[in-house]
Amino acid sequence: MEHITTYWQALPPNLQLLLFNVGKVLAVMVPLMLSVAYLTYAERKIIGFMQVRMGPSRVGPKGLLQPIADGVKLMFKEVILPANANRFMFYLAPVLALGPALAAWAVIPFNEVAVIADLDAGLLYVLALTSMAVYGVIIAGWASNSKYAFLGAMRSAAQIVAYEIAMGFALVGVLMASGSLNLGKIVLAQQGGLLNWFWLPLFPLFMVYLISGVAETNRAPFDVAEGESEIVAGFHVEYSGIAFALFFLAEYANIIMIAALTAVMFTGGWLSPFTGVLPAGVFQWPVIGYLLGDGVHWFLLKTASFIFIFLWLRATFPRYRYDQIMRLGWKVFIPVTIIWLSVEGVAAYYRIGPWFD
Amino acid sequence: MPEIRNYTMNFGPQHPAAHGVLRLVLEMDGEVITRADPHIGLLHRATEKLAESKPYNQSIGYMDRLDYVSMMCNEHGYVLAIEKLLDIDIPERAKYIRVMFDEITRILNHLLWLGAHALDVGAMSMFLYCFREREDLMDCYEAVSGARLHATYYRPGGVARDLPDTMPQYQASRWKSQAEIDRLNEQRQGGLLDFIERFIEKFPTKVDEYETLLTDNRIWKQRTVGIGVVSPEQAMAWGFTGPMLRGSGVEWDLRKKQPYEVYREMDFDIPVGVNGDCYDRYLVRVEEMRQSTRIIRQCVDWLRENPGPVLIADHKVTPPSRVEMKADMEALIHHFKLFTEGYCLPEGKVYAAVEHPKGEFGAYLVSDGANKPYRLKIRAPGFAHLSALDHMVRGHMLADVVAILGTQDIVFGEVDR
Repeated sequence: MEHITTYWQALPPNLQLLLFNVGKVLAVMVPLMLSVAYLTYAERKIIGFMQVRMGPSRVGPKGLLQPIADGVKLMFKEVILPANANRFMFYLAPVLALGPALAAWAVIPFNEVAVIADLDAGLLYVLALTSMAVYGVIIAGWASNSKYAFLGAMRSAAQIVAYEIAMGFALVGVLMASGSLNLGKIVLAQQGGLLNWFWLPLFPLFMVYLISGVAETNRAPFDVAEGESEIVAGFHVEYSGIAFALFFLAEYANIIMIAALTAVMFTGGWLSPFTGVLPAGVFQWPVIGYLLGDGVHWFLLKTASFIFIFLWLRATFPRYRYDQIMRLGWKVFIPVTIIWLSVEGVAAYYRIGPWFD
Repeated sequence: MPEIRNYTMNFGPQHPAAHGVLRLVLEMDGEVITRADPHIGLLHRATEKLAESKPYNQSIGYMDRLDYVSMMCNEHGYVLAIEKLLDIDIPERAKYIRVMFDEITRILNHLLWLGAHALDVGAMSMFLYCFREREDLMDCYEAVSGARLHATYYRPGGVARDLPDTMPQYQASRWKSQAEIDRLNEQRQGGLLDFIERFIEKFPTKVDEYETLLTDNRIWKQRTVGIGVVSPEQAMAWGFTGPMLRGSGVEWDLRKKQPYEVYREMDFDIPVGVNGDCYDRYLVRVEEMRQSTRIIRQCVDWLRENPGPVLIADHKVTPPSRVEMKADMEALIHHFKLFTEGYCLPEGKVYAAVEHPKGEFGAYLVSDGANKPYRLKIRAPGFAHLSALDHMVRGHMLADVVAILGTQDIVFGEVDR
């Protein structure tokens, strides 16, 4: 142990910082990639259960190795470049789709201290990066030189514009309630149990954010950019092998991220719902007290529940038509957010309830 | 100023929503369809021509393969034409069996339609729920004919054999434990009629489940209400039949208007739509499934009470039993003649039609007195419906093309023949 400490201190401070940060990034990325892989498994199992079938069950015990097998298969497949496709753009698109989905995790607070970068403009950073992801889709659709892909890209572009705005407004509401752009501070502003979280005062915004999140990640019932039965696979119809896998990973990384953001911004991140509900003595109990108290496990649990909602929606609803999505975005969500922002403004002015004092 | 051109897109033949092998050339203004040009023939198997070179009975199997989701109804149309020209009357029990299986086939077809249509519109769970129920009906097919899909069960003069007293049982295997096998076989105790009865007991609740998922679903309504509207006049002008016509509000059903077999004795209603859009056609078909259940119930009750022959005893048309053949020279000759040369139909023409799940399925038979048809023309309902596709999708969006294709219930086996 002493040896390691001596070696560590012998390193130049810059290198120390670099290694430390790389370590932090890896500590988030590796579990994240694993959860992305196993989210595909969870999705197939859960939807399988909802649809009275088995889901993957053959690769490994209970099909648990299925995501690994899928990954290996996709890695060994040829990435086919369509004729007359723009080679650079074609290969750039999947990277552009996955990059922001992973980068946004830098500011997500797992608990008070566990966050890669404690940015004060965290919310802006998240907004900027989630809007970047759409470029991957648009470029993919354009560079493939395919009509189906092009239609998918067009749909995606129009859809994202509408839903970015609604989503942005929803976040403005969070910003007004918490008085900070720092995600950690946003969570701390919700301290005090289930009823102090922002989902209650910002309920319409919470709904708008969650639904826009589904639209943002191109998931059913908003999956017009993929539109399996209309434009086959939409923007990634021409992609194969690992390039396709990157889009797939990006989609699932985005789901996890949207779910995590919802957990942070509307349901109090790592905060326990029982604070202020149960007597304070309970939290002193060994193990149980720890489980009931604040901690990263609450964050993960909340994220998982939102992910489940994503999967549930997919198994239940038919797909919207493209113009109906636009109508919902522009004519329902944006007005709802604007109205609620003014309501919230009034509430904040008069310092109502536990939320705006 | 750049030249603005419409976007031309090939929809199919390799497309998840093309219902087989439809190639649709779409001319689009953005996402709005300005022209749809269906190209057919990719599943052409020359059924009509093949029938000209075979004794009548040997073509029954081809009929199954026309509309391969409503097999027995196709057979029915063909067999009915032969019977009409031969001028024979089939035993009462055979008529009831035919009606029962026609209705089972109707449910079978509508379930596949509902699943595929919902899947096209994006509700993928429906597909699996519908297939769960289809499985039981397939088992009925299997029990009665040995084949789950292409039954070849109807014969001129009746049906191939009587309803079995036992259902095929699941066998033990290394994939399933004995307890699971027993649980699966519990549903299959007793004869086919018991099995069908158990099915129609539970089926209406399953239809309720489908309706819970779709009928009042806002998205489903947004996707189907007002889509592909066809007025009653247009529907008749285009030659629509079946649910496509009834969805537009025209009460036309051959089972009521020109009753064949024992439909006259059956108590059932004909659902009709009001607006002639995809949603109305959906409601019509769902209600038809419920009405079919009613008809099946009446058939089951009658069949339990009335045993009897299911094939006429005229061995010029139907084969003698194996037992007879062991001792009777005459029977052996009949058998040999029937399975080599077949039988001859009197000279003449005949058209017979049945209310197929998709519409009016008819067989027009021209006989020159030989043992095979001079010409067989099949009236496939899907063909008329598909011809109206351009008319129905104009001005709609790309996603609606899929919904309209789904609502037409197209199967290429019968369109291309």
